[in-house]
Amino acid sequence: MNAIRRGLGNGLVQAFLVVIGLVWLTPLAGLFLSSLRSAQDSAKGGWWTALAGPGQLSFDNYSALLKNAGMTQAFWNTVLISVPATTLVVVIAALAGYAFAWLDFPLREPLFLLVVALLVVPVQIGLLPVAKLFGQLGLFGTIPGVVLFHVAYGLPFAVFLLRNYFAEIPKEMLEAARMDGGSEWRIFTRLVLPVGRPAIASLAIFQFLWVWNDMLVALLFADSSSQPLTVQLQSQIRQFGSNIDVLAPGAFLSLIVPVAVFFAFQRHFVQGVMAGSVK
Amino acid sequence: MTATLVKEQAGPRAAGAAPVRRRRRRARLAALLFVFPALLLLGALVVYPVLFSVGRSFFDASGTRFVGGDNYTEMFRDPATLKAIRNTTVWVVVAPALLTGLGLILAVLVEKVRWATAFKLLLFMPMAVSFLAAGIIFRLAYDEDPDKGVLNAAVVSVHDAFKGTSTYPTARGRTGLLTQERDGSYRTTAAAGGTVTLPMVGVLPGDLPRGAAPAAAGTKAAPGELRGVVYLDFTPGGGGKQGEVDPEESGLPGMRVQAQHDGKTVASTTTAADGSFRFSGLGTGSYTVRLPASNFAPPYQGVSWLGPALVTPAIIGAYLWIWTGFAMVLIGAGLATLPRETLEAARMDGANEWQIFRRITVPLLAPVLTVVFVTLVINVMKVFDLVYIIAPGPVQEDATVLATQMWLVSFGGGNNQGLGSALGVLLLLLVVPAMVFNVRRFRRSQR
Repeated sequence: MNAIRRGLGNGLVQAFLVVIGLVWLTPLAGLFLSSLRSAQDSAKGGWWTALAGPGQLSFDNYSALLKNAGMTQAFWNTVLISVPATTLVVVIAALAGYAFAWLDFPLREPLFLLVVALLVVPVQIGLLPVAKLFGQLGLFGTIPGVVLFHVAYGLPFAVFLLRNYFAEIPKEMLEAARMDGGSEWRIFTRLVLPVGRPAIASLAIFQFLWVWNDMLVALLFADSSSQPLTVQLQSQIRQFGSNIDVLAPGAFLSLIVPVAVFFAFQRHFVQGVMAGSVK
Repeated sequence: MTATLVKEQAGPRAAGAAPVRRRRRRARLAALLFVFPALLLLGALVVYPVLFSVGRSFFDASGTRFVGGDNYTEMFRDPATLKAIRNTTVWVVVAPALLTGLGLILAVLVEKVRWATAFKLLLFMPMAVSFLAAGIIFRLAYDEDPDKGVLNAAVVSVHDAFKGTSTYPTARGRTGLLTQERDGSYRTTAAAGGTVTLPMVGVLPGDLPRGAAPAAAGTKAAPGELRGVVYLDFTPGGGGKQGEVDPEESGLPGMRVQAQHDGKTVASTTTAADGSFRFSGLGTGSYTVRLPASNFAPPYQGVSWLGPALVTPAIIGAYLWIWTGFAMVLIGAGLATLPRETLEAARMDGANEWQIFRRITVPLLAPVLTVVFVTLVINVMKVFDLVYIIAPGPVQEDATVLATQMWLVSFGGGNNQGLGSALGVLLLLLVVPAMVFNVRRFRRSQR
């Protein structure tokens, strides 16, 4: 009797989770199918009509997108922003994280507490002052400007994560390396970086997705020649109804990269997100 | 390598205190070089801007005149910023609690199925999707036209399944031959054993339901029976008599018909393809034949998700799609660390699943739930892209939150950087408790 009831309960749980899973999948499937339909078909009816008539699906929207100079430019801009912003954060934070964990310098403790405090500072508060600053430095509207902003606002979390990870390295290991006469630089590149690889991977993936998906920062700091995909797509959203044949494939193109990264490195990603909670 | 090795080893033994001090100074210099890039960027692009914004918030729009706290009082007077503050409050009250609750339920349930990993991956995946893409996804899903927006398509089909569709929203009864009631129903009277015709107009021939057949005329009713036909009293191409069933005229299938006696509905039916209907088993006397108003109701169009009233809940819905996986995975990780023996012991003592959940799981998970909740509160306060993308232009002001309002005021036409800075400072002040929480938690972990 109990077993039957448990089996029934489990069946209900399964059914409930299947429904939830479908609810989660449907919006994404809707975007994908919409991206494969012509503007005329989309104006006539919803994407689910394509399930009955798969004939209306084609990759024409995507080939049109690839011929659209503004879109391809924006795609490359996204790459040109995300890759340096990720690399720089990893390098700068690894250096600082090592120093905060193992090197001695004045004000080390208060400075690190400051980093912890900066974890939650909203990006919004930096927009206006940094825009003025970049205006004076000639960085406003350029890719390096966008990159620098992302690096700065990615640093608190990055330094925090890496310092905590590096601090777990056994002291004997480092002392042995020092006894062998390795310089700090040598210890850093030969010992700390390899040992810290899991944390660095989590950080890199997390930061990459963060920058790739950003719209707000680029909306302000990039001009029309340096804008990433998100901003390019956002500018067409006003005529949402008539632009679905551009917006849907564009959105799909912009999400396929991070989703692929997510599936390729899910474990690192989940760890990064978990370490980043309370950010 | 060997050269440096020998040199360094020889150093301290050969000489006294001076080289040690020099070496220490060099080590400090190296340390400073390691932290310098990070400190420079943090100082110039994070710390300085915070101070600048705080200062700027005490000056007027152009930045030339000191206005004290005026921007802050303005914030609570200006209807637009007030609306933003109110909406952000709604977000903070609703979204983190919903997400934590949903995450907890799913984390507990998913442990009971074998495909837990696949499910977690699916729900976590939206975390990798940009708010922009999610915004576009949900603009599509929330489309008000039930022929385009999947959500309204679902709502309308559920509604119609329970309430029925109205087939003839435009139809009217032929004036003079049918009486219209106040609620939009039409009626006429007939005696049992007789036949009745109900002529309708106002249906375009193209709008007739598929399968509508020419109206059936002149069938005789048996005793205790009442027969009739509901038809479109219009002959295509002209001709035909008003109020009579002409050969070219079409029946109206699927029309609901009621027979009433003494004000009570005694029978109801639906017309056939040729518009005919039949009530049998009636007593003698006079009946009212009635076409209820539901036949003519305008079709149900679903819910206006992105209208002023529902736009904020709708956007919160999109936010749930993105963040539920996060809450579930974090809470799931917490679940995995619970002591198995405690749970087993409770089961042995005959506690049911609900009691275990309520009395053991939730209290033991409290620290994890707090972290998830606090993380979500911080993120919800800063929500920008989703609102900016999903709320259609005219509804922006109904959906606005602090972050979007700060953007609008500072850069999007408002051009009041004094008020914009004040809004930025408000956002910062709201996360100060989280800042303190983080610093405390870190210092405790260091002891």
